[in-house]
Amino acid sequence: MIKINSKNVDVFYGKKQALFNINLDIEENQVTALIGPSGCGKSTFLRCLNRMNDVIDICRVKGQIIINDFDINDKSCDVVRLREKIGMVFQKPNPFPKTIYENISYGPTIHGMAQSKNEMDEIVETSLKKAALWEEVKDRLHEPGTGLSGGQQQRLCIARAISVKPEVILMDEPCSALDPIATAQIEELIDELKKDHTIIIVTHSMAQAARVSQNTGFFHLGELIEHGSTDKIFKNPENKKTQDYITGRFG
Amino acid sequence: MNLILFIFIVLLGFTSYYFGRRKAYTIQSTNKRLTALPQFYGYYLAIWCAIPAFIIFSLWAIFEPTIVKLLILSDYSNQGYLDDELNLIYEKTKALSRGQFTGEITPFIEASAEKYLSLRSIAQSSKAVIVLSIIIASVAYAYKKISSNSRTREPVEKFLKAVLFTASLAAILTTVGIVFSLIFQTIDFFKVIPLFDFVFGTHWYPAKAFVRDSSEALDPTMYSDTFGAVPIFAGTFFIAFIAMCVAIPIGLMSGIYLAEYASVKVRQYAKPLIEILAGIPTVVYGFFAALTVGPFLKEIGNSMGLDVSAESALAAGGVMGIMIIPFISSLSDDVITSVPQSLRDGSYAMGATKSETIKKVIFPAALPGIVGSILLGVSRAIGETMIVVMASGLAANLTLNPLESTSTITAQIVVILIGDQAFGDPKTQAAFALGMSLFLVTLCLNIVALRVVKKYREKYE
Repeated sequence: MIKINSKNVDVFYGKKQALFNINLDIEENQVTALIGPSGCGKSTFLRCLNRMNDVIDICRVKGQIIINDFDINDKSCDVVRLREKIGMVFQKPNPFPKTIYENISYGPTIHGMAQSKNEMDEIVETSLKKAALWEEVKDRLHEPGTGLSGGQQQRLCIARAISVKPEVILMDEPCSALDPIATAQIEELIDELKKDHTIIIVTHSMAQAARVSQNTGFFHLGELIEHGSTDKIFKNPENKKTQDYITGRFG
Repeated sequence: MNLILFIFIVLLGFTSYYFGRRKAYTIQSTNKRLTALPQFYGYYLAIWCAIPAFIIFSLWAIFEPTIVKLLILSDYSNQGYLDDELNLIYEKTKALSRGQFTGEITPFIEASAEKYLSLRSIAQSSKAVIVLSIIIASVAYAYKKISSNSRTREPVEKFLKAVLFTASLAAILTTVGIVFSLIFQTIDFFKVIPLFDFVFGTHWYPAKAFVRDSSEALDPTMYSDTFGAVPIFAGTFFIAFIAMCVAIPIGLMSGIYLAEYASVKVRQYAKPLIEILAGIPTVVYGFFAALTVGPFLKEIGNSMGLDVSAESALAAGGVMGIMIIPFISSLSDDVITSVPQSLRDGSYAMGATKSETIKKVIFPAALPGIVGSILLGVSRAIGETMIVVMASGLAANLTLNPLESTSTITAQIVVILIGDQAFGDPKTQAAFALGMSLFLVTLCLNIVALRVVKKYREKYE
């Protein structure tokens, strides 16, 4: 089933066009990997999906991105509600300089999701459990989140993202600042999370894309060169550029 | 004479630089590898010229007057003069030699004056000869040394380090000197006025100490009700409080606007405009407060049936607050801007609005830095003088009514030290005691502020 349907998406930074006519469908409850060399626009596309490009003054987005039969680029779209539905995890772990508990309760608080302290405790616990962090931090919930290790911080950010029960989670190179063990933990987690969420992950690591994703899209110079099932893209790509990139001949 | 000698030494320094460099080139031309760049050879020689000259000049400046004085006064030894009288004779001699002596000229003094003049001229010419010969000797020695292509870069670098060290030492020593001069006078003050009376007394009226007949002996009981510093401490903190009530909200909000909401273009113009406020001399704020704000408040107060003094704490504090706005706004703007964008992204991605992000993420993250900027603002408010002197009056009333006039520590120091004063008088020493307490308060505030700011820095770097 298609969760996100993007049609003719163009993105401009000032006068410079960063994305050209992207048409990409994202399958529900699957992991979609976006790969491509640096500066190819894959992160820009990811940020279109929760309108994070709004934060950048000079950025303009054209085209339609349809989620649940609704165009998020439409004027009537409520960005706050949209971002509640579509969570995001960033390249560098960015926990707020608050306690672990407050990091998780941040989203539910601003969306008014918990009526009582008990409810909030429960949300915090389930989110941390889903992010496979509960066992490590349950005794230090009121210590600062910035005191955790890099891998723990990133799982804290994932827990923060899933605390508001989003339908989609966007991940922008979530493992690029982590060591191999922490990376393996996050990848395992991604596999677990796809039961309840649709996941889109931008990654520089081809091996990671192959390991975690079911679908893959290959971007190059702002264009979507090829997309399809990960198996097909990696074993039998149609486009020569895709093949060259995957076999490591450029990028 | 000294000037000519000085110019000569400078010229000599340049020449030795030139010779040093030329020597390096000659060494280079014989296909030897230099141990440093050619200009280091020049600097090396110039330093060998400058340092001996400097040392001799300073030694001469220290010892010449003493030696001359000794020689002059040796004529008067064994005549039973007291030290004070000898000093007087020496001063008379000096004055006469300069042609500024107006008293009765005795033959003794005339002879001494002539001797003084001849001694001075001998000293001057021997100084020139000694300085020049030593410089030439040391430059020649150094020139010989660099001929063998020995190391020059290391001594030059060491010399630069020493110069920089001396500069920072001068700043530190000055501070220490100021503190010590405050401490000694303050101790003298507290020998006459008990510390308890100063810290807890509620009546400040230093003019009373002035009415004393100087022939009378010092009577400490007379001062018991004169130097109670509570009213002026209270006034200081009260005015600073009013100032911060104006400066903190406006400064903080404009800082947040500049950092988070203003477009690049607005920020480009607004920030320098706000910072212009910081460049206005405080005396200008002072007459703005005294001539515009004060009468304006009085007018408004009177029309509402309130009794407002033309010189009110409100006028002084309010204008002082305006003066402090740019410090708080500019510093908090910097602090807020330096909160990493990733935190903002994280918050926006959770669906937080701009104001929620500022309130819940950015402000707490920037809080230590903001507190630091506020504390720096407070220490400026406490140390501010001109606005208070001009706008808030000089009478030290103990009051919490912002519409009355009060006075501050700084304003009282001005009052005490303007006009005639005698050193060693408790009234004058009171200024030092006040200065000392002001110094302690602002020192503590600055230490706390710097620590807070430092703690903040550690967080993100």
